[in-house]
Amino acid sequence: MTAAAMKKIIVLGATSGIALEVQRLLARERRELLLVARSPQRLAEIQADLASRGTQQVVTYSADLASVQQHAAIFDFARHTFPDFDTVLLAYGSMHDQKDSETSVDILLEELQVNFVSATAILTLFAADLERRRTGCLAAITSVAGDRGRRSNYVYGSSKGALSLFLQGLRSRLHPAGVRVITIKPGPVQTPMTDHLPNSARFADPEHVARDIVRALERRSPDVLYTPKVWRHVMSAVQHIPETIFKRLSF
Amino acid sequence: MSGQSAATLRKQSAAPPPTERILSWGRYPKTAHHHVHKPAWNDQVPDILRDAAPGSLLPYGLGRSYGDSCLNAGRELIDCRRLNRILGFDESTGMLRCESGASLSDILDVFLPKGWFLPVTPGTRFVTVGGVIANDVHGKNHHCAGTFGAHVRQIGLHRSNDGLVICNSEDNPDMLRATIGGLGLTGVIAWADIQLKRVAGPWIDAESIPFQSLSTFLDLSRESNDRFEYTVAWLDCFGGKNPRGIFFRGNHTADHAKDFRPKRRLKLPFALPAWMLNRYSVRAFNTAYYKINAARKNAAIVPYDSFFYPLDSIRQWNLLYGKHGFLQYQCVIPETNIEAVEELLDRIARSDMGSFLGVLKQFGSAPPAGMLSFPRPGLTIALDFAMRGERTLKLMQSLDEIVQQSGGALYPAKDARMSPALFEASFPRWRGFVPYIDPKMSSSFWRRVTGAQ
Repeated sequence: MTAAAMKKIIVLGATSGIALEVQRLLARERRELLLVARSPQRLAEIQADLASRGTQQVVTYSADLASVQQHAAIFDFARHTFPDFDTVLLAYGSMHDQKDSETSVDILLEELQVNFVSATAILTLFAADLERRRTGCLAAITSVAGDRGRRSNYVYGSSKGALSLFLQGLRSRLHPAGVRVITIKPGPVQTPMTDHLPNSARFADPEHVARDIVRALERRSPDVLYTPKVWRHVMSAVQHIPETIFKRLSF
Repeated sequence: MSGQSAATLRKQSAAPPPTERILSWGRYPKTAHHHVHKPAWNDQVPDILRDAAPGSLLPYGLGRSYGDSCLNAGRELIDCRRLNRILGFDESTGMLRCESGASLSDILDVFLPKGWFLPVTPGTRFVTVGGVIANDVHGKNHHCAGTFGAHVRQIGLHRSNDGLVICNSEDNPDMLRATIGGLGLTGVIAWADIQLKRVAGPWIDAESIPFQSLSTFLDLSRESNDRFEYTVAWLDCFGGKNPRGIFFRGNHTADHAKDFRPKRRLKLPFALPAWMLNRYSVRAFNTAYYKINAARKNAAIVPYDSFFYPLDSIRQWNLLYGKHGFLQYQCVIPETNIEAVEELLDRIARSDMGSFLGVLKQFGSAPPAGMLSFPRPGLTIALDFAMRGERTLKLMQSLDEIVQQSGGALYPAKDARMSPALFEASFPRWRGFVPYIDPKMSSSFWRRVTGAQ
């Protein structure tokens, strides 16, 4: 598929901090968007904003993506509205305080449900459609936290790491059909999801991350996008630290 | 104080919220805040207001106020920058509705290509709509357009005690007048309706004229105010009673032959050592700036951003003043007291502490849009002073005397140190504003000048 094909984009988790910035960039390019998120009120606000910025072609659908039972309805609506959609961006996620998911199995399971179970479920629906039509691009936001399990956030990390593995296999499966699968691994970004973390003021600017993502969607680019770029090198170094040493590190 | 809301927050996340250091544009005073709320949606604001202790909150935008009017030391801020959506625009009338954290820069990027411009703009585009309303800012067109507040038709205001209050000329008109220039104390602006202005394009037909005395400046200003939408002067503050300067005036103009390209922006990466700005380097800069502008062709068509926002081309220019920061002094003095203006400039020149950002403008006679609006008929002067401790503060105190005796006023948005007495003299009717303050709101500035808790 060539870049020019990116015309109709479905965003799953349209109210997430990174998605908001991605959508603004896409609106400026006058792409057609289908936005899925929970709050109808917030979706309406985004729709008004994007319309002012250039694209009148914004359709919204309110649903809870974490609930797999709602996926069939979401998928039917998407196929009905945008039968020839070419790009799907999965942008939602959840990050609880690590300590809470160590003491509460409910919170642990919820984190895995949102970040991994529900994400793979809905991607599977869209993947089949693109594979059948032999076109398009699936992109999902995982995290650098998924590259290595760390003491301070291995629950979030493992849910995102598992999603990265899933995408890796999916990429290989869809390659013969000419469908691209992009794994997006942002470093820490200044969004509502990370406000509670220490030093959040020093995290990456979501607009910068969004520019990297849009560029990756538009062009033929690496299968795995690290953003900001420096994280490719940082994580390569982190992955090479021997486990006997790594297990003693407190970060 | 804010213990109650902090406790609620700690319940939500195990880690205690960090103490966040937020500075205003002048980087003086140095303050730390107990917590900074960062709502991403207007529907989150009512909960923040409800959970807060009385007098614990203040809305915060891009932090371009120079002193402490955007700070709430030891208490909490509501950072409104994520509330930056454009909610609607009427192409036929130019009426814009946007959230309070939308920046003027963003509005220009979206609407100038469609032929719409801000009704009034300050000297930087990196301010939020909420901040512009809360300080009822003025621009180079004050003599014909009044302040920004005059172009705000309606606002939605989150109040801690009565929800979202719609304020316009019919419903809650007093709350609208209190919020315009109300320093963020009346509540959190959810959205505002602003009347944009049709323009022919991004170009300004500009002229620059050198002058060598205050009376020539006044002649130029009076002569220009009928024919030019925008007038302002740069002032070399080392000139004393007979300051030299450059008078700038301009009008919007139709499409120019050149393609419009936004300027590349430089960024000052860190605070410069304080010694780099001294009387010699600043004098040399001022002389060079004067000579270059005086020698330049005096009429040219220029891009709007270099006309309105020359300083925006250097991001973080405030770091020029080093780690101790700087103070800005902006006053207005009635034109009948021109001797007071001369006396003020003379003291500054003799102090040898002035800087390169001297701005002079003749305000128009439009009635104030807000209860605490700063602009009023007279000459307004704005000057920067690097913070050098006690002697800087002493100089400014001596300037205060002149301003107070002349029946003038100081601008809260620029202030970090005026006395309660001078605030009282500048805004004699401030007590009439007090009933409109939201009980959950307060600010460092407000506590300092009114003694409120």
